[in-house]
Amino acid sequence: MMTAQETIVLRGHIIDSLILAKVLDLILTMGGSFDLDRVEIGRTREDPSHARIIVQAPTLAALNHILRAIQPHGATVEQERDCVVQPAPADGVFPDEFYSTTHLPTDVRLNDLWIEVQRVEMDLGITVDLQRMTARTVPMADVRKGDPVVTGQAGVRVAPMQRPSERDVFAFMEATVSAERPHGHVIADVARRMRRLREEWRAGDASAKVLLAGGPAIIHAGGRDALTWLVEAGFIHVLFCGNALAAHDMEADLYGTSLGYAVNAGHAVPHGHAHHLRTINRIRAIGSIRAAVESGTIKRGIMAACIRGDVQVVMAGTIRDDGPLPGVITDSMQAQAAMRAAIPGVGLALLVASTLHAVATGNLLPAAVPTVCVDINASVPTKLADRGSFQAVGLVMDAASFLNELARQLGRSA
Amino acid sequence: MSRLLVCPPDYFDIEYEINPWMRRSNTVDHASAVTQWQGLMQVLEREVGASLERMRPMRGLPDLVFTANAGVVAGQRAVVSRFRYPERQQEEAYFEDWFRSAGYEVVTVEPNLFFEGAGDLLGFSDCWFGGYRQRSDIQVFPLLSDVFAREIIPLELVDGRFYHLDTCFCPLSGGELLYFPAAFDKDGQEVIMERVPDRSRLVVPEHEALRFACNAVCVEKHVVLPAGCPETELQLQSRGYRTHALRLDEFMKSGGSAKCLTLALD
Repeated sequence: MMTAQETIVLRGHIIDSLILAKVLDLILTMGGSFDLDRVEIGRTREDPSHARIIVQAPTLAALNHILRAIQPHGATVEQERDCVVQPAPADGVFPDEFYSTTHLPTDVRLNDLWIEVQRVEMDLGITVDLQRMTARTVPMADVRKGDPVVTGQAGVRVAPMQRPSERDVFAFMEATVSAERPHGHVIADVARRMRRLREEWRAGDASAKVLLAGGPAIIHAGGRDALTWLVEAGFIHVLFCGNALAAHDMEADLYGTSLGYAVNAGHAVPHGHAHHLRTINRIRAIGSIRAAVESGTIKRGIMAACIRGDVQVVMAGTIRDDGPLPGVITDSMQAQAAMRAAIPGVGLALLVASTLHAVATGNLLPAAVPTVCVDINASVPTKLADRGSFQAVGLVMDAASFLNELARQLGRSA
Repeated sequence: MSRLLVCPPDYFDIEYEINPWMRRSNTVDHASAVTQWQGLMQVLEREVGASLERMRPMRGLPDLVFTANAGVVAGQRAVVSRFRYPERQQEEAYFEDWFRSAGYEVVTVEPNLFFEGAGDLLGFSDCWFGGYRQRSDIQVFPLLSDVFAREIIPLELVDGRFYHLDTCFCPLSGGELLYFPAAFDKDGQEVIMERVPDRSRLVVPEHEALRFACNAVCVEKHVVLPAGCPETELQLQSRGYRTHALRLDEFMKSGGSAKCLTLALD
């Protein structure tokens, strides 16, 4: 992983003289990497050419070593300015010209030093603490009057995404979605990552969390047992869902139905349409999903596995919810904040059969987090891919098939 | 007619060591140096037909004799050198004065960049080459390229014995190039081969390169070079050049020869 970087410029007759090639070659042979940000080639022989190059190295020491080696060949560090901050004019309001974030790793320059912006997420602002020399993203709603907010583009730099070191499906950075593409090897790569992340998580690595954001189609389509197994086997560490997934999961446990259809027989049962309401009502009477599981009312299923396995669950409500279940956050800004708080440490995200939760989660994730979006409707993975996640893989397939195959690859017997 | 700037060796000596050739113990025979310098002037004036502009020598500036490092001149513009070593930095003001008094528009480079004049900037009519890494900074060439509206191809000098471009690279009036390839890195060698056609490249053997065969003055079909370089002379003669081999070994003690002792003004 390249962690240190600096922007350099090279000017003159750098193409024909092979100076540009020499500088790039030096960067690579010294263990660095580069991104040719801009190359302007002189129009005539007399016109100089100009290159702006982002040099990256694994450590600051290695970077300085490279910079010292390329400096005699004319590479000069670009003059950088501190970022410009202005106070927020009111609670919940950014200054005009506020810098709007991307989901890529971002640094701001404070007192001539580059500071990494914490909790990078797209479509937020950046607030800085000049005393502590820190910077973090801040949602519009959370900014307080007078907070110093970064404005304009000066003194802000966004690191290009690095190609991941693992040579798997995420390494290609295609972010393309196709129903035609074979799924088997993609799922195998996801399984391989999950196996590794489970080991790291068990070894105490706090950044090895696997997040699953899912919709109720998981239950309807027959993916409940597979997901339950994945949770019980310790492969999932955070669950984002809405009222429906939890309600239908527990409905299946109490009544054997999902939205009134017998999960095993596949037909509607008499008065089944009310089962999910009765389920919600029962849990409301008990007071919480946890109490329902611990009292033995809810015995099996995804929610039971999450409670027993200490999986963090964030349930975000929507306007059409029945009930809702206790624990469902109905204020959408509070729900967003609760989801955001669960993001740090996520090393892989599975977004399965839910447009709302998939897009909401996608917006919260830094670009570096490998993401798999599974939906039977191609528009959902496409929407995710369009946000420019380099490490997003879209699978146009049925949620149950995906979860069953994933669980099988991870050792669940059929 | 070709005009050259020269400076008599009245105070020439080895008072410091700033290149691998210089040894303070290697005393200059002053009378011999004067004779050799005058011999060079005679050939330049009488046989080559150049007109000479003589600068006044200064006590305490032993290397003022090497006028190739005064700066570089094109048309009515002169860019004055900015020497890397403090030992030669005092020369800058004298060279600048001379350019001004001779009516040139004087251009100076940024104070934090080094540039050692025609010692590191040579070329053909359409394209110039700039030597860097030993004395001049590569960053000056884009600036000079703007000043003179010429393409300047930087060449990295990798052998400390060939510390200026004019010690290993000599463009000739007919478009040929006299040079010693091993003084350049492989990129530089490739660029030279790209720019100068095969038949125009005259490669100097190492033992003659070390006698500074490339530190030659070419005016029209005349080439003035240090004595002891017969293979180079033969190559030049085969291309129709008239060679003038001169003993200049007193100046070699300081790492300079014919070319270093002159600066082309036109």
